[in-house]
Amino acid sequence: MNEIGLMHILVISTSLFFIGVYGFLTRRNMISMLMSVELILNAVNLNFVAFNKFLYPGQLSGLFFIIFNIAIAAAEAAVAIAIIINLYRNHRSIDINDATTMKF
Amino acid sequence: MTSDFFILMKSELSLVFIIFLLLILKVSDVFKSNSAFSHFSNVLLVLNFVFGFLFNSEGTLFNGMFYTNSALALEKNILNFGVLVICLQAFDWLKTHKHVAEFYILLLSTLLGMFYMISSGHFLMFYLGLELASIPLAALANFDLEKRKSSEAAMKLILSSAFASGILLFGISLLYGATGSLLFSEMPMLITDSPLQVVSLIFIFTGFAFKLSVVPFHFWTADVYEGAPVAVTSFLSVISKAAMVFVFISILMPLFASAKDLFYLILLLSIVLTISIGNLFAIRQDNIKRFLAFSSIAQVGYVLLGLSSGNSIGISASIYFLMVYLFSNLAAFGVISIVSSQSGKENISDYKGFYTNNKMLSWILAIAMFSLAGIPPTAGFFGKMFLVTAGASKGNFVLVGFAALNMVVSLYYYLRVIKAIFIDKNDEPIASISGSISHHIGLILCFLGIILTGFAGGLYEYIAIAFKL
Repeated sequence: MNEIGLMHILVISTSLFFIGVYGFLTRRNMISMLMSVELILNAVNLNFVAFNKFLYPGQLSGLFFIIFNIAIAAAEAAVAIAIIINLYRNHRSIDINDATTMKF
Repeated sequence: MTSDFFILMKSELSLVFIIFLLLILKVSDVFKSNSAFSHFSNVLLVLNFVFGFLFNSEGTLFNGMFYTNSALALEKNILNFGVLVICLQAFDWLKTHKHVAEFYILLLSTLLGMFYMISSGHFLMFYLGLELASIPLAALANFDLEKRKSSEAAMKLILSSAFASGILLFGISLLYGATGSLLFSEMPMLITDSPLQVVSLIFIFTGFAFKLSVVPFHFWTADVYEGAPVAVTSFLSVISKAAMVFVFISILMPLFASAKDLFYLILLLSIVLTISIGNLFAIRQDNIKRFLAFSSIAQVGYVLLGLSSGNSIGISASIYFLMVYLFSNLAAFGVISIVSSQSGKENISDYKGFYTNNKMLSWILAIAMFSLAGIPPTAGFFGKMFLVTAGASKGNFVLVGFAALNMVVSLYYYLRVIKAIFIDKNDEPIASISGSISHHIGLILCFLGIILTGFAGGLYEYIAIAFKL
């Protein structure tokens, strides 16, 4: 119980993942939804680093995945925020409940 | 060694070359008019399509990260052709648009991402390709910057695709923990049916299902299709769906090879839901883009039915069906795009009496609808027949019967469009519409595709030989 092992990190990353999913499904502000997606991506990063350190210390593929993952998350956030700004110009709101021009 | 690099990656390199050439031309402002720029880009795309058939070889690069063979080259050619037709049909819409160069550059970047995704031999490469294919697509959906619907569609697309790739990545990370490898060539040997691996495979399947708009994860589809510009909608419904099915075949099916029963169970549930919900919602739509969105959801269900057989017959049947689907859907979208850019009308009720002023366009739309519904002389019939035959090889005749019954339901709503065009009376039908030469060429290519792929039996055999496993 003295050392932090793989199990501790996995518990944290899994809870981070589900907090992200919960936030994505319940938050109504688009920026908050984007932040929830970032939580999911960070849970993935934690997973990769933990597996790489504890199970496969000789490999690098997990670490490389994280570097690319961070870069892509930044690109995705940039495009998403640009789209949300444009949406704000048209709708005057970033609440997802107001973006209901189209409904089935 | 270096020549290997250039020959194996030639489809990707030629696309990169075109993207940078267009970027330089845009910056240096060589072309004074939009139409000159479009014509130039279309010629480049024709050359790119022809180049896709030359110097095909087989091999791997970058320690197995990238591989290609004749089957993958065939898939890339199909995508190249589809993008060429979409660009030809977008000509009239782009003529008055402010950002022509950006349209081509973003569209080709998306295509480049799909090529890397199809050729990937490693999860990192696959993920990079997937994101390159989905981030520019969201920017494209927002291409009519001042329209409310367009930005709303883009927001829905980027949020749901980011969420989907988050779930997919979580699955990949668990799979890495369980197997210790990310290479697809090593993966099938390492996969057993331990609980952690099964959970991770289900996460990965969910990510794929989001991108394919398989039913429990289809909510974004209709809104995005309705709001995005027509050219982007046709790209989303044909090219990005076809690319995702190709990746489904070459990546997901080998991963599930040691958990066949689980895979069949998941597929069975999603096929039943996808086909029935797609059909039921398509019946009540009036906006024609939304209608085609739900019809494309139902068509994906049929593709999955073919793939559920898990053998090479099912794979070649679904590739053949995707080709037919590409021709029929692009023909339909070609007519819709010109109608919407010239009259602004997008509802099925607006198409009443369409035949009085536009004889040719009506016939093309009608044949496209017949092909989507699967009526015999058109290619759509053969596509669906091969798919259902492949699905029946598993011996589950209840499922096949269910799919066949749903084809009857789908006939109802496809014929509703044809009835509106030919039979319904309208005091103010849509005025006569004249498209450009490029647009005509795009429509004629699709029309010939619908008719000829039905009769050219050699095509199916060609695909079957390319996919001999």
